[in-house]
Amino acid sequence: MSSGLYSNNSGDFDKTLDLKKVKPYGDTMNDGKVQLSFTLPVPACAEATEAAKILCKKMGLENPQVAFFKELTPGYTFFNCYGSSSVDVNFTDIHVAKVESTVMDMHDTDLFIKENVGHPLIVIGASTGTDAHTVGIDAIMNMKGYAGHYGLERYEMFEAYNLGSQVLNEDFVAKAIELKADALLVSQTVTQKDVHINNLVELVELLEAEGLRDKVILVCGGPRVNHELAKELGYDAGFGMNSYADDVGSYIAQEYVRRKSAVK
Amino acid sequence: MTASKLGLDFDRVEYARGLASAIASNVQIFVENYTTVAVERTLCRLAGIDDVSENQVPLPNIIVDELREKGVLNQGALFYIANAMINTSLSPQEIAVRVSQGTLNITKIPIADRERIESVLKPIIKESIAKINERKERRESYLESLGEGPKPYLYVIVATGNIYEDVVQAEAAARQGADIIAVIRTTGQSLLDYVPFGATTEGFGGTFATQENFRIMRSALDRVGEECGRYIRLCNYCSGLCMPEIAVMGALEGLDVMLNDALYGILFRDINMQRTLIDQYFSRVINGFAGVIINTGEDNYLTTADAFEEAHTVLASDFINEQLALLAGIPQEQMGLGHAFEMDPQMENGFLYELSQAQMTREIFPKAPLKYMPPTKFMTGNIFKGHIQDALFNIIGIWTNQGIQLLGMPTEAIHTPFMSDRFLSIENARYIFNNMKNLGDEVEYKESGIIRKRAKEVLERAISTLEKIEQEGLFSALEMGLFGDVKRSKSGGKGLEGVVAKGSNYMNPFIKIMKGDK
Repeated sequence: MSSGLYSNNSGDFDKTLDLKKVKPYGDTMNDGKVQLSFTLPVPACAEATEAAKILCKKMGLENPQVAFFKELTPGYTFFNCYGSSSVDVNFTDIHVAKVESTVMDMHDTDLFIKENVGHPLIVIGASTGTDAHTVGIDAIMNMKGYAGHYGLERYEMFEAYNLGSQVLNEDFVAKAIELKADALLVSQTVTQKDVHINNLVELVELLEAEGLRDKVILVCGGPRVNHELAKELGYDAGFGMNSYADDVGSYIAQEYVRRKSAVK
Repeated sequence: MTASKLGLDFDRVEYARGLASAIASNVQIFVENYTTVAVERTLCRLAGIDDVSENQVPLPNIIVDELREKGVLNQGALFYIANAMINTSLSPQEIAVRVSQGTLNITKIPIADRERIESVLKPIIKESIAKINERKERRESYLESLGEGPKPYLYVIVATGNIYEDVVQAEAAARQGADIIAVIRTTGQSLLDYVPFGATTEGFGGTFATQENFRIMRSALDRVGEECGRYIRLCNYCSGLCMPEIAVMGALEGLDVMLNDALYGILFRDINMQRTLIDQYFSRVINGFAGVIINTGEDNYLTTADAFEEAHTVLASDFINEQLALLAGIPQEQMGLGHAFEMDPQMENGFLYELSQAQMTREIFPKAPLKYMPPTKFMTGNIFKGHIQDALFNIIGIWTNQGIQLLGMPTEAIHTPFMSDRFLSIENARYIFNNMKNLGDEVEYKESGIIRKRAKEVLERAISTLEKIEQEGLFSALEMGLFGDVKRSKSGGKGLEGVVAKGSNYMNPFIKIMKGDK
């Protein structure tokens, strides 16, 4: 099963890095090594292992190896596979929409707002719709923050209101009006069957109906959210995995100032 | 009681228990004067009312909404159902159907005397109690003939949204060694003020809890349990706006474990605190009677508040949950009190603190099948590291002899578990549980070492918290945000409109029967 893993004579490829033809890296430039695991709805047998390899080949992997397999329950077999990617990527040709702001820490953001705005910015956040997960919005807003990054509640120059989870879009908008919010943060964790998309779009529509959309900085976040998706859905910015209060806070501060100076 | 490996002062533990008992008794004084729409719907179900109207409204909701609209819910559903039975000679189900069709007004029937009302209910009560007893006997006979897995029980979730797909996942998990299958509910169900009806195949992040879904999964687990030679327990969620209703459905369908926290809905679903505290009582009476292990949700505090700083709130809440459960007649052997392995993995000596707290919880609640929750907050999508975090969690589980080990998934924070994720997690736990089986019997903790000190500190801080709550009362403590950094107001949140003070004709004979006439 593991024949070929220790082979010495597989080095018949160009080993110099070419950013126009980037391949996965195992231990040698351009070796293309990929690991993947999946389950096939078939019993464990020789044909199943072969099926796994064929699938890998169809996915563009050369010399696929099945390193491990196990029948999880009758009729379902799990595979760990390795192979070499036959395709490459032109890295120089990629353009990704990114949040255009400089990330500052809490102290610098507070200072920035003091100097450029002069009063605290009002931020409300919630996990909206039926989503019961507060972990995302808490990581960004709670005093304690997450992984050493203080949340917006601790910032001197943010007046931060965390409304928690399962907040209806209507209630969220009502609160935004009541508190005269400068920025709205929406967290979405549950994304099964794209439930988050509908919910995010609904909020934009509500804000537009209230004539509020352009008056607030509208930000969404969550493990399955990115800036590109956020822009597509009509948000000003989106923050995905590995974003912290620093990222969100400095964006809001800078965007607020940018808009204010654009008006002048 | 065996001596504490942590040098815990059991006089202090008993003092804490006394405080919690006083807190719980004060809550109980409040609870006993009120009923809720959920409690009344539960009584409708216990009277044999099931099914939905032509417009898909559950018939228990039809009856209870009718009584509420007429302003007589305070007299209770059983009173009006029994009275209608006397006058119409119809069964509760037939009465409910007619109310739903608008052909019977149960509030306009002349009131029969109390004795007749009580006697007409007797066979109805007997029948539902017998059904629940039958279910209990079935579980007991399975446990006798098939046996069960060793503790800690391996608890895994299924969450496909489709009950039939859940069955495939659950069977696979059972064959791999799972002892408890929890069917996660669809997101948002906790806020529905009714229980959906029938088998369901659409859900978000989980599957609707319905009586039919319970039935489908229970019979699948019976089959796979027979195949594996091990009884497989089924778990669902008695939280939200339908706590007692879900409890009674579980009791009727042979569920074995129910999430059933006295405070969880208040803190994490923003359900009104009066509503939840009234609902939790009856739901727990039912769970206690049905032999269901309740799981409490203290682990959730540590997902919103810091796991190291706020560890004492978990212990304080365990004490309160224990006392509230005792008042509802739940024996300690059915109390899956919750705690969790949620400290930041970057913390120096974090494992020692986790070990200390797990051992402390074990020693303070020696009879309870403690529910130990895996890391979730600091699971990052790095599945390889996550698998190690789960391994450390499993080591503490076997070392400190936990009762129910909720297995963490390497793909936590990415998706609801794949069949293969569950396999990897069960393999991880079984490897560690077997390889380190008697570690706990071999190891003691150094006097005045980190582990002993931590346990003492958490206990003392829990005592201070309990003292404060005892002074303030639980309602004000919740308003002050003492748990999970979450503040709730007594009249805020969802579901308060479903609370009414009991009237002079009010009756709920099930409480006395289910608590063994105590």
